Amino acid sequence: MTPIYLDNNATTPCDPAVVAAMLPYFTEQFGNASSIHSFGNQVGLGIKAARQQIQALLGAEHDSEIIFTSGGTESDNTAILSALKAFPERNQIITTVVEHPAILALCERLEKEGFVVHKLRVDGRGRLDLDEYRALLNDRVAIVSAMWANNETGTIFPVEEMAEIAHAHGILFHTDAVQAVGKIPVDLKRSQIDMLSLSGHKLHAPKGIGVLYLRRGTRFRNLMRGGQQERGRRPGTENSPGIIGLGKAAELAMQHIDTENSDVRYLRDKLERGILAKVPRAYPTGDLNNRLPNTSSIAFEFVEGEGILLLLNKLGIAASSGSACTSGSLEPSHVMRAMGIPYTAAHGTIRFSLSRYNTLEEVERVIAAVPPIIEQLRKISPYWNEATNAPAEKAFAPAYA
Amino acid sequence: MWDYTEKVKEHFFNPRNAGPLADANAIGDVGSIQCGDALRLMLKVEPTTEVILDASFQTFGCGSAIASSSALTEIVKGKTLDEALKISNQDIAAFLDGLPPEKMHCSVMGREALQAAIANYRGESWKDDHEEGQMVCKCYAVDSALIKDVVQSNGLTSVEQVTHYTKAGGACCSCHEQIEEILVEVNTARCEAPAIEKKEPGPVAEAEPASKPKLTNLQRMRKIEEIIESIRPMLLRDHGDIEIVDIVGKNIYVNLKGACMGCALEAATLGSIQQKLFEDLGEYVRLLPASQLEMAR
Repeated sequence: MTPIYLDNNATTPCDPAVVAAMLPYFTEQFGNASSIHSFGNQVGLGIKAARQQIQALLGAEHDSEIIFTSGGTESDNTAILSALKAFPERNQIITTVVEHPAILALCERLEKEGFVVHKLRVDGRGRLDLDEYRALLNDRVAIVSAMWANNETGTIFPVEEMAEIAHAHGILFHTDAVQAVGKIPVDLKRSQIDMLSLSGHKLHAPKGIGVLYLRRGTRFRNLMRGGQQERGRRPGTENSPGIIGLGKAAELAMQHIDTENSDVRYLRDKLERGILAKVPRAYPTGDLNNRLPNTSSIAFEFVEGEGILLLLNKLGIAASSGSACTSGSLEPSHVMRAMGIPYTAAHGTIRFSLSRYNTLEEVERVIAAVPPIIEQLRKISPYWNEATNAPAEKAFAPAYA
Repeated sequence: MWDYTEKVKEHFFNPRNAGPLADANAIGDVGSIQCGDALRLMLKVEPTTEVILDASFQTFGCGSAIASSSALTEIVKGKTLDEALKISNQDIAAFLDGLPPEKMHCSVMGREALQAAIANYRGESWKDDHEEGQMVCKCYAVDSALIKDVVQSNGLTSVEQVTHYTKAGGACCSCHEQIEEILVEVNTARCEAPAIEKKEPGPVAEAEPASKPKLTNLQRMRKIEEIIESIRPMLLRDHGDIEIVDIVGKNIYVNLKGACMGCALEAATLGSIQQKLFEDLGEYVRLLPASQLEMAR
């Protein structure tokens, strides 16, 4: 039984072509790009080419707008902390309730340090209210940070429009686009986005490499001090194998962007419809008309996500869950809670995230595997009545919580 | 993926006694869907002997919650209600060859369901005195609710004290920042709390004694015994114990027993008890394992 990987929003396998491009940079091309000799020079040229490949994928105007970092979290932290440093007279941040912890945990810390953080709410489908956003803009806001696409539901935020609105008020705009880049077209030179975070391992490049896009002319204060790498904006000897790999992955992502929106979307839709047709009391979450083509988030009522994942895993199927139990906290996913998904369903939310490597045969196997698993878990759930195959008539309500 | 034991996986994939029990005469419902854990335990109790003839469960929860419920039904079958009441959550976890620290609450839920079911059978009401918070110390499975409670009720002000009282922060130290935050939060709230009852100062304030009166030898030994007695419940809760073997001048020789014996934290346990002795006795003493008594002689 070959395993089926449907957890590509968590991480992706490296494309074999990416690995092949990287390998020489561990051995013969080991030089330090800053060195004057030929060992270093070759590596420097490789990095330059990779920077241009990423520039092309992002549609950036200049290749110097690409800063290599260790990944999405570093890029997110750098962007926000830079804005606060660069505009010391501004002490407010606008973000959203559904951001990744790389933003939310940082904002929580900044709040403790005295900064004011406004978190835009979302509706039942995970959408923002742009009027609420407009009302919050003022000249004390240092930066707005909103994700391009949500990691759990795939819901896409109108970041280009939001960036224009921010600019009209003279405010910097950052977007965490780690889930969006490579899955939907991005053209930064036509947008007013000032900063963008990208993570290599979400698009078939290795872990530990990422990018902060920084629009030319944007006031910037770097996170770390050190050498002159990345024009002094991100010191530390370049992760040359990672950078070369990310360059190759960017090139491949450009080639496959149409596949993502045709083939991958087709498979995702087939999977979602197939499961929903066979499982009662299950529904998709997020903005179904405006989401990433690879992501499906399905809430199964009256069962808990970890049990589903363990049983799927036994059949070789990998997915993920917004349940509390998989994260070690007691609250279910903050994204599900923000959308007002009731607890009865939030704990049983499963995310299937596909990639161009998935096949129709795999999707059919998953469609066949899911219904018996949900049935099995509902059988032993006190919230479900097996005899009627419906929620327990007399609601299970323990006096002792 | 969690580091579940084979036994946990086995009980999750093949749960024993799952589903409703038609002629159950003791039912315990605990948990809530908000927390993502809920369990209904159903027992069939023979009325004359109070022996549990049959048990089954229905659980909404993660893998370890289902495995803990399954284990619980296996453990209680054939026991009398009084025997069943002695089952601790550690017994449930031990039956499964252990649970990850973040998942220990699953075994706690099992024990609570058992208590609730027995109370239901006996027509009593059962009170849930257990509150859960975010896991802070992952080494010893200590959550924020317990730390807050201990800080509040004992007026603790340092990470070291929290470690002495709860073990939290006693191993890898990664949670010290979180413990400091809890200390600040609780102690700030304490300072801001409005005084509900203001005691009128007495007409003549009693003067603090300049120094503690010196204890006689007998008083001192009794005092040491008293302090050790006050610590024992804490050790017993972790299935350990302590006894005084001898007191020789500043050296107090003790035996650690049960789970404390050979525990990796033996030195830390002794250290914190010594600290308590030191504070309560008002003099410097050394707490030593009885094995060193032989050497001293």
